[in-house]
Amino acid sequence: MDTFTKRKYLLIGIFSGVAFIIILRLFFIQVLSPSYKISAASNVLRRVVNYPARGLIYDRNEKLLVYNQAAYDVQVIPRELKAFDTLAFCRIVGVEKEELVTELKKAKSYSRYKPSAVIKQLSSQRYAILQEQLFKYPGFYIQARTLRQYPDLIAAHILGYVGEVDQRQIDQNPYYESGDYIGKIGLEQAYEEELRGTKGINYMMVDVHNRVKGSFENGKLDTAAMIGKNLVSTLDADIQRYAEMLLVGKVGSVVAIEPSTGEILVLASSPSFDPGMFIGRERTKNYRNLLNDPLKPMLNRAISSSYPPGSTFKLANAIIGLEEGVIGDDVRYSCHGPGSTPIKCTHNHETPLGLTAAIRESCNSYFFQAFRATINKYHNAEEGFEAWRNHLLDLGFGQKIGADLPAESAGNIPKTSYYDRFFGKNRWNVMTIRSLSIGQGELLLTPLQMANMVATIANRGYYVSPHIVKKIQNYDRSETTLQFEKHVTQVRPELAEIVVNGMEKVVESGTARTAARLDSVIVCGKTGTIQNPHGEAHSAFVAFAPKYNPKIAIAVYVENGVWGARYAAPIASLIIEKYLCDSIAPRRKYLEQNMLTSNIIGDQLLSGGD
Amino acid sequence: MKNRDNIWLNLDWITVFIYLALVLLGWINIYAAVYDEEHQNILDISQRYGKQLIWIVAGIFIAIMVLLIDSKFYAAFAYHFYGLILLLLVGVLFFGKEVNGARSWFEIGGVGLQPAELGKFATNLAIAKYISQFNFKMEQVKSYLVLGALIAVPALVIIMQNDTGSALVYAVFILVFYREGLNGMVLFWGFAAAVLFVLALVLNPFMLLLFLVVISIIAFGVVRQSIKEVIRGLIIVGILFGLAIGANLIFHLGGSNFHMLLVATIISIVTMIIYGLKNHIRQVIFVLLFFFFSVGITMSVNYFYQNTLAEHQRARIDELLGISSDPLGAGYNVNQSKIAIGSGGLLGKGFLKGTQTKYNFVPEQSTDFIFCTVGEEWGFVGSTVIIGLFVFLFIRIINLAERQRSRFSRVYGYGVAGILFFHFAVNISMTIGLAPVIGIPLPFFSYGGSSLWAFTILLFIFLRLDASRGENLR
Repeated sequence: MDTFTKRKYLLIGIFSGVAFIIILRLFFIQVLSPSYKISAASNVLRRVVNYPARGLIYDRNEKLLVYNQAAYDVQVIPRELKAFDTLAFCRIVGVEKEELVTELKKAKSYSRYKPSAVIKQLSSQRYAILQEQLFKYPGFYIQARTLRQYPDLIAAHILGYVGEVDQRQIDQNPYYESGDYIGKIGLEQAYEEELRGTKGINYMMVDVHNRVKGSFENGKLDTAAMIGKNLVSTLDADIQRYAEMLLVGKVGSVVAIEPSTGEILVLASSPSFDPGMFIGRERTKNYRNLLNDPLKPMLNRAISSSYPPGSTFKLANAIIGLEEGVIGDDVRYSCHGPGSTPIKCTHNHETPLGLTAAIRESCNSYFFQAFRATINKYHNAEEGFEAWRNHLLDLGFGQKIGADLPAESAGNIPKTSYYDRFFGKNRWNVMTIRSLSIGQGELLLTPLQMANMVATIANRGYYVSPHIVKKIQNYDRSETTLQFEKHVTQVRPELAEIVVNGMEKVVESGTARTAARLDSVIVCGKTGTIQNPHGEAHSAFVAFAPKYNPKIAIAVYVENGVWGARYAAPIASLIIEKYLCDSIAPRRKYLEQNMLTSNIIGDQLLSGGD
Repeated sequence: MKNRDNIWLNLDWITVFIYLALVLLGWINIYAAVYDEEHQNILDISQRYGKQLIWIVAGIFIAIMVLLIDSKFYAAFAYHFYGLILLLLVGVLFFGKEVNGARSWFEIGGVGLQPAELGKFATNLAIAKYISQFNFKMEQVKSYLVLGALIAVPALVIIMQNDTGSALVYAVFILVFYREGLNGMVLFWGFAAAVLFVLALVLNPFMLLLFLVVISIIAFGVVRQSIKEVIRGLIIVGILFGLAIGANLIFHLGGSNFHMLLVATIISIVTMIIYGLKNHIRQVIFVLLFFFFSVGITMSVNYFYQNTLAEHQRARIDELLGISSDPLGAGYNVNQSKIAIGSGGLLGKGFLKGTQTKYNFVPEQSTDFIFCTVGEEWGFVGSTVIIGLFVFLFIRIINLAERQRSRFSRVYGYGVAGILFFHFAVNISMTIGLAPVIGIPLPFFSYGGSSLWAFTILLFIFLRLDASRGENLR
């Protein structure tokens, strides 16, 4: 009928051929291959995630700082849900019916056959009861999780806490799924990868009654869970606790370093918070309360806040002056007490005076003149300032120096360009920037940097990058000791020794003699009183002890502490005494009582949820 | 009066019977797929099986109406239908409801209407009308262009709706063109390109190059009509390859097998050109073109695959070809489906006794995966019977098409067979892991008013045309 009629055979052939292939395949999977039959009997794949125990954190003496407790999430697979007694269920798990209904709706819209957590962090008691009755509620499963537990409420800022991962983090790292936990702030965050281990995934075959029948494909697709690695931190739990007790009622921070190793013994910030508040059903509310607290309890003042260092900075200027060769014990400057210009000195002492006396009496006049000599040694202010600034950078200021500390601030050492912009090029000189000589002005340091400064002096010229973790323990019980960089500064040991002597005099007979002198140990320190336009002056003290073979270098900064020896020095010396002598001498007990009970925050309630 | 009688007498009742059988079996299987102890009545309208009955009854009414309309009406208004449906297709892009990421449904008072379904018979009418024109010659470039546009335009609009699966149906019209005189080579090359596409994804570069070289040599042999040439070619390439490997080993050049084969190939090509300059130049050029064209396709396959396909489409193809295995994600549906069907065995588990079905382990079981119910409950025997029914239907329609005096009717008929075949082949292949998961229904079987009506209209227009085959001359 048509020239192409014959083509119908090809088309019929194609249709029949395809149908034949299909029938062949059906024959294969229905008649020949037994695996599908078996599969059907145990038919659904369940993907079970094994969350390994998170790594523990110890202090330097192997005392436990953070450990794990079991918690349970109740999950639901919507497709398997059948009608159930909602009231009874809600009573067991302690949830309102409306809440349960909302969560179930969310789970359904997320996926009908993938599990969603509808009740998170069920307590162990409720879990025990629910577990027995779970058969009455088909479609519900329990996923075991671990939550953090703290034997002692210390070092909250530096330990951090653990919370649910957010979408952005999931996008950045596909290891995480919705509902996983991740470390937030502190060590939990900085060492997240070591602490979290690796979660394991098992694909199980589950039959119609949700009984586990075995592994899918003999575990070919499974991955093993690996428990998290433990951290041995450098903190000394007892001294940390002591420091935090001493800081109660004040706003400020303490940083203590072991000078020869850079290990941080104490890192305390006040006010603090209870990391246990981020666990449990109230956590969102608690977090909001903490964020809105005007005293900012979540701020780690020891490393994230930067302050003008005040007179403690005179130590740095002393070192720089010595390095530049413009001062020494033989160079004396005059001081007229409160009548001195351009900076008046707040203390009355001998005049003229040399470096050791100047440090002992914290003489503003001397240090202004020393600073001036340093700057004016060069052709112009700019060059002099650059040289001065480079010394500071060499000493570790104006940069982040911690090796493994999250959220560290770099502080601020003003740059030449800053003054050029502000005053105009070549239109400023040492007089303009004289406040730097006594540690005020645009200079900003973190308490960590201040502690590191005294550590450098204590070591007579070098420092090791301050760090919080010294060892990592693997799951096979082997340990990795971490190595940190030793920075040798330009300070010559004999110059450092001169400053050390000055610092000894401060405690022996100078501005800190009442607050910081110990009978059994030679403490070397420096007070600081920092002018504060918004209120009371801040109190600062830096020190190290003993004078020879120093074991601890410390910086204490108390906001609104009025003057250096009022709060910072006593606190620092008590910590030193506790650390080196284990107990406080009877004649100093009153000081300890004073510091433990004093409260300068006043009536301001510390909100922290409950 | 006389006309009406003619229709009922001339109507092909065999086809009608098969249609009813498939629809009925489909309805029963939907019942089994969605079965739920609390709603045992098959007539329960709140459940899908109850609803399907309504669609079926409505469908029968639609079929009767289609039959009552004069057959010349369809030819006369073919282009109008086409234009109207095209408008609807574009309209749904703006006014349609978004379902599962695709915007392809109108929602009118609780009832859904999917223009893509209607597009099939409308395009079929338009194609039939165009080909049946008086001056139509398939070989003309104009014909190619117009026919290409007629099927490409709706397909593209449907792709814009994010419903790529439905758009693929339009490719089946090439079979219709073939019957009407399209050069068989187009079919062949299309098939070859598809095979190449799959191979390019599955084979590693060395195997791929080897494959291309071998078939090029065979092509040369075919063109020269000589097996000796093939053997010669293979030996030459083989020796060059061996030499290259030897050189690689001796001089420690560090090349891979692929590099060695590449070297051998390049030398062979040069040899061929020299040889061709002396004689048989045309055939040499042909083979070389063939080779480079294939290489070009394989290289663009990867680009196309990575950059044009969406992630979920890639995932499904990867799953199908075994490139990756994700039993709980992209491969979940098919894995469950194969388990359901496979567990049916020879005779099946029996009506309403399919455990996979009963416990709802196969998602979309009343729509895309309806065949699972057949496989699980009726076994190999039952599956083969259903497949046989379908194939019988296709062949019957082709034979009916052949007995048409009117070209319009014949073309339309082939279109019906092709469209039904495409859905049948892809849908069932999908459930047994022979085709990637594309959401298209099994004709007459899958739940859904839209698709059932659309197929009914498609089929019954043809039956109407066939019933008046005595009258039509064009």
